[in-house]
Amino acid sequence: MCPAERSASGPGNRVALRARLVNMLSMSKGKTYFSEMTSDTGVRDPYQSYDAWFAQQDNARLAKKSEEAEVFFRSTGITFNVYGDEDAEERLIPFDLVPRIISGREWDKLSKGIDQRVRAINAFLHDIYNRQEILRAGVIPVDLIAQNDAFLPQMIDFSPPGDVYTHIVGTDIVRTGEDEFFVLEDNARTPSGVSYMLENRETMLQMFPELFSKIKVQRVSDYPKNLRKSLEASAPKNCEGRPFVVVLTPGIHNSAYYEHSFLADQMGVELVEGHDLRVVDGHIAMRTTRGYRKIDVIYRRVDDDFLDPLTFNPDSMLGVPGIMDVYRAGNITITNAPGTGVSDDKAIYSYMPEIVEFYTGEKALLKNVETYRCSEADSLKYVLDNLADLVVKEVHGSGGYGMLVGPTASKKEIAEFAEKLKAKPSNYIAQPTLSLSTVPIFTEAGLAPRHVDLRPFALVSPNGVEITPGGLTRVALKEGSLVVNSSQGGGTKDTWVLKE
Amino acid sequence: MLGKTAGGLYWMFRALERAENTARLIEAGFRIALTRSTDPDGEWRSVIITSATQQGYDAKYDGYDSARVTDYLLRDLDNQSSVLSVIKQARDNARLVRTALTTEVWMAVNETWMLLTDVLKEPVPETDLPEVLSIIRQQSALVRGALHGTMLRNDIYDFARLGTFVERADSTARIIDVKYYALLPSPSLVGSRMDNVQWEMLLRSVSAHRSFRWATDGDYASANIADFLILDRRMPRSLAYCAATICENLEYLEEEYGERSESLVLARALRARLRDRDIASIFDEGLHEFLSSVLGDIARIGIQIEQDYRFNE
Repeated sequence: MCPAERSASGPGNRVALRARLVNMLSMSKGKTYFSEMTSDTGVRDPYQSYDAWFAQQDNARLAKKSEEAEVFFRSTGITFNVYGDEDAEERLIPFDLVPRIISGREWDKLSKGIDQRVRAINAFLHDIYNRQEILRAGVIPVDLIAQNDAFLPQMIDFSPPGDVYTHIVGTDIVRTGEDEFFVLEDNARTPSGVSYMLENRETMLQMFPELFSKIKVQRVSDYPKNLRKSLEASAPKNCEGRPFVVVLTPGIHNSAYYEHSFLADQMGVELVEGHDLRVVDGHIAMRTTRGYRKIDVIYRRVDDDFLDPLTFNPDSMLGVPGIMDVYRAGNITITNAPGTGVSDDKAIYSYMPEIVEFYTGEKALLKNVETYRCSEADSLKYVLDNLADLVVKEVHGSGGYGMLVGPTASKKEIAEFAEKLKAKPSNYIAQPTLSLSTVPIFTEAGLAPRHVDLRPFALVSPNGVEITPGGLTRVALKEGSLVVNSSQGGGTKDTWVLKE
Repeated sequence: MLGKTAGGLYWMFRALERAENTARLIEAGFRIALTRSTDPDGEWRSVIITSATQQGYDAKYDGYDSARVTDYLLRDLDNQSSVLSVIKQARDNARLVRTALTTEVWMAVNETWMLLTDVLKEPVPETDLPEVLSIIRQQSALVRGALHGTMLRNDIYDFARLGTFVERADSTARIIDVKYYALLPSPSLVGSRMDNVQWEMLLRSVSAHRSFRWATDGDYASANIADFLILDRRMPRSLAYCAATICENLEYLEEEYGERSESLVLARALRARLRDRDIASIFDEGLHEFLSSVLGDIARIGIQIEQDYRFNE
């Protein structure tokens, strides 16, 4: 910091910031949630160095940095589209400049747990689409598969290269205590958000280079390279030469289009839409300026239902007619494989501890949140009686839509939700309200605690599982709010895993 | 490269060129209407005709005046060619071909879109018009600078340039055609005040009133102006210059792809029509007839490029 800036904002400002942090410390006494930066005795270990640096900063400079970050995000176009919101077609996900810091030790535990879980999910998918041992063993009810819309009969008796189904997984994890980590969702279909993980780090490096020379943070920037390697390693067995990889996007109006173009750009592969592709001589090919060119691996960001109008939704303009035949003939790799949704809906979720144990022979390292399946009469009764204390979610819902957060809902909202629940109980599960951990965000008045979750990204290929240290931290910007989804006003933070 | 990407680049740069040309046209109209004309509404009418938006304009408005014409050309989203519309098209195409652009080019386009969306949010009052038009020109220069300074000279660059010059050729031909009568050698009117106004309008529409003076020693004669705008290969908006550049980029593509293209055959034919001849022979052929047939050639080249390089299915 240059001397002029120091004197301009004055030391008083820093004292105020400091006071605010102390304030937080006292606030965290007798709290009902876990604060990741502070404990009853002071600043927690992973945040020590950051805290020392932060104490030297002044509010005005940080506020300016925060504005700069927003301008940077806008002009790079890191935006997302909100469905059904015509006025604000493109919005920024607010970025908070205080990093979320995880110790190397904490990360080791977490990543082992994720590794175990994604292996189990892939084994489960292979089993479900082949021998179905887990159903025969009676570990999970047959109906859960047979009645599941995400189960694709087209995948029966088919094995993708290396038996890998979920090449990219974004496991949602929440923390409630020093050693209390829970998996909230497995996101085994087409998880998004990894571009924010990468851009947030890039932004932090630009804004506060001095921090990174002082504090050793594990790198995330290899993700695009690793993703490409992982996709290439998943190419069809009969593929000759270097596999040709593309990213398939629904198009520029999709809410995650920025991420699709970002990933294609970072990997150095083509970004295609359904109408760029067709079946040529039993392969998938893309229309280039010089004619059709065969491709080997598709990282698709199009949902199963829209993938092939000949097999699934006949009205889909986003997919490629006939791609499922090419897929089953082993001439194209689709990542993630069609039909992975059967492993990550919220009803299956409730059986994950059993699933992990069934396929790995080990106890699950990461805990599941206690889940009430409303399809079961006892559970339904309990849920209806305790709606005000529970979070109720649609089995196939995502993005924070269609859910009820009991403790913050009005009487009227609860009553209305009860009706929906009674009308179709099997569509819902309920969980206790978790008191998510908090990490401070930067506000005009200084630091203030907000609830967060974490989505680390795992890459799976026939060569193994690779988990990028860190992930996307989503933060509920509204005081007291537990909903971190960007579509519901959440923001993001850079996530640091320390080198130790 | 994907055919769609080639198409996205081509249309992105056509749109950017159109934004700039429209701004220049408004600028010329504004200046003439303000300072020279005895028939300002007539000038605004010819601005609308030149921008090829007359049908849409007439359906919406009755009569021509500065406020309505500038609003229609700058901000009206019903007008597919308004600056606001084409900047949005340019930016949508830029998003479509994001992976083919450098960060600099992308950011320049994205910032241009953000800035102009903001500047053109409300109708532009006459006092602000010069500033708004200059912002459009500056942003356009920013994108062009980013393109020249940062992009690889490969097929991506060629499609960007093709878009620019097909659009520019079309625009220049239209500008001359709307005023062709003022360029006809007609002894009775030579040097009259009316001709001078029309000539200035013409030259300003292609930002060439000053370069014309330098290039021709300020010899304002209809033949000189026509020669300058049609045949002079030093003039970056002349038809001959545009045709030569289109050929050049199609030749690069032919070389890179090792495939003959029908569009190059057409472009070479157009270039030949504009080369090695003098303006008198064009007047003999009939200026308006000549321009109409050049406009047809340009349209055919555009369509052929789309087919040759598989922009669409």
